[in-house]
Amino acid sequence: MQEHIQLTPKEINQELLSGVLGTPKWWLGLVAFLLLVFLTGAGAFGYMLNKGVGVTGLNRPIMWGFFMTNFVFWIGISHAGIMISAILRLTQAEWRRPVTRAAEVLTVFSLTAALMAAPLVHVGRPWRAALWVFPYDFGRGVWPNIRSPFIWDPAAVMTYLTASTLFVFVALIPDMAVIRDRATGKWARQIYGYLCMGWRGTPRQWKLQTVAGILLSALVLPVFVSVHSIVSWDFAINIGVDGWHSTIFAPYFIIGAIHSGVSAVTMVMALMVWLWKWDKILRPDHFDAIGRLLIIVATTWFFFFIVEFFFAIYTKEAPELALRELQIFTRPYVFLFLIFIITAYFLPVPLWMFKKVRRNVKWMFWTTVSVNVGMWLERFLIFVPSLARKTPLEFNWGTYHPSIIEMLMVAATFAWVAMGMLLFSKVFPLIPIFDIKEGMIVRDEVKIGRAIVPASIRE
Amino acid sequence: MAGENWGMIVDVDKCIGCQACVVACQSENNIPINEEKHFNERRAIEWIRVERYWEGEFPDVKARFIPIMCQHCGDAPCEPVCPVFATYRNDEGLNVQIYNRCIGTRFCSNNCPYHVRFFNFWEPEWPESLHNQLNPDVTVRSRGIMEKCTFCIQRIRRTKRTASRAGADATDEEFERSLDPACVNACPTETLYFGDFNDPESKVSAMKEKESKRDGRAYTMLENLGTNPGVIYLKKIDKHAEDVAHG
Repeated sequence: MQEHIQLTPKEINQELLSGVLGTPKWWLGLVAFLLLVFLTGAGAFGYMLNKGVGVTGLNRPIMWGFFMTNFVFWIGISHAGIMISAILRLTQAEWRRPVTRAAEVLTVFSLTAALMAAPLVHVGRPWRAALWVFPYDFGRGVWPNIRSPFIWDPAAVMTYLTASTLFVFVALIPDMAVIRDRATGKWARQIYGYLCMGWRGTPRQWKLQTVAGILLSALVLPVFVSVHSIVSWDFAINIGVDGWHSTIFAPYFIIGAIHSGVSAVTMVMALMVWLWKWDKILRPDHFDAIGRLLIIVATTWFFFFIVEFFFAIYTKEAPELALRELQIFTRPYVFLFLIFIITAYFLPVPLWMFKKVRRNVKWMFWTTVSVNVGMWLERFLIFVPSLARKTPLEFNWGTYHPSIIEMLMVAATFAWVAMGMLLFSKVFPLIPIFDIKEGMIVRDEVKIGRAIVPASIRE
Repeated sequence: MAGENWGMIVDVDKCIGCQACVVACQSENNIPINEEKHFNERRAIEWIRVERYWEGEFPDVKARFIPIMCQHCGDAPCEPVCPVFATYRNDEGLNVQIYNRCIGTRFCSNNCPYHVRFFNFWEPEWPESLHNQLNPDVTVRSRGIMEKCTFCIQRIRRTKRTASRAGADATDEEFERSLDPACVNACPTETLYFGDFNDPESKVSAMKEKESKRDGRAYTMLENLGTNPGVIYLKKIDKHAEDVAHG
């Protein structure tokens, strides 16, 4: 394809190692700013630790608010990694090559953000949770209650975190060898030397690395469906909350996660084009491909959204109707609902239908930002109004106003992920060098009739 | 499983909404004073509360009262969701909360359809003058943990001890008052009855049997959820409401 630029291996090295071997001008300032935001959130957490959960806006019917919303949001974003690197690798989609590493790293950092957002921070006694649950004190003879989704949840998330860290690491080995060979400092050479575990690029090593990659992709597939299913069961098993107690939650959450996750990867792609000027590698083609994927994912998500909604109101049960009334017609939720439905579906998807939009970095960036705003609100609108209209006991219906403390801590998770990605980009290339080189080698063109179509060579 | 199956019968027909049970519970169980701001923040802790519902249009308005406390469900939704076994059903038919284990995930509160599990958002505080009022038999709960109605388990324990010293049985009639939870003792209209459903001789068993018949008034709250509550409500006898309902 004419818009693909053929680069020599040397040029690829220079392009992609620009962030590692040198430091872009904006890098330090941006990291410092994000660190400040993160530390503010950490300070807010310290304040909460000191005073008690009372500093949040939580109250009796609404025991889970911003923290849980944020937790589910970040778990959702983390689905990007598996979608891009496992599914697209197994289906041999060529365009995934420059995106895989960013997606996997995003996965790792968003999982840590998710772990920060809820399990420890939102509990009443984090010190108890930290010292008694991790590691669990079996000496007391009380085992964890494996019937609780809060036991399944860490198990699933930790499995996912382990798998995606391995993913990142296996793909990093050849690239770290490249850095080892080019690093000038003694320490840097040694550290990268240790990390790449004696990589010399022999055929056997390449074979093992490829096999490991494919094996990990295949083994991680169950995690693809299990993580968010289990996260959804935190909510779906609640018989006490009418709005949550629904069997559709698991697939609905998974597809929602892919929707926001793939959108987040598109955001990261756009940022890589702008910040590191990698426009020779990330071509409009890539945005086009991910845009088409997004149309499918978004529409499937929308289907589940509609199904969940209509099945809920089909029964015409009073609590369910009261919940929907609050969610859709009552201020302030009506505004949130409108913003959510427009930004998550009705704004971006029609735009993505146009090829011009899909091939334009700016448009893709802003539409995917919009999707993520919408998907954050979607989680909020599922969790909070459902709790506010929990059961037919109207006497206890309530409402929720998040406090500034919660907002700061939510902002801190965003800063944490962005900062993590930036720090990673300083130490390792954010686009897999070997993968791009491989892509350049296998790239070919096939003549079909008069048209020349891009293709790739396969054994 | 041997042992008792403690339970309660609430005769809604007799409730006048005086809140004596609420006050009795607060002082018996060391519950911090609920001020107006606690109610406005919806963080007030009331192990038993009297819910008030208005019925009808002005001027024909009626206030309906229903006391709601932990239902001590046989199949409690709060129990399986606790990751640390802070809440479980003991062999006396009580749903008990172990404060030391609780880490405060608040999952149980979300899953409780009756809204009867309370979270300590702050460290509990009492005015200086009330420091000597605290009940020594009841733990003062720290912040960050859940708490709820225990059916005054301290009274059950104490009565059992006293009874066994006297060589008697805790369910004997002479111990009835000391066995009853604070709310039952405080109720001026005898709305609340406490007893052992496993004991066929007990008053509550007799009432349950009588009221569970076809014309009886017994029902359990949110029966459709299948929680199998240990609290049985007797519905209001209301000529007016029946007239409205049947035209």
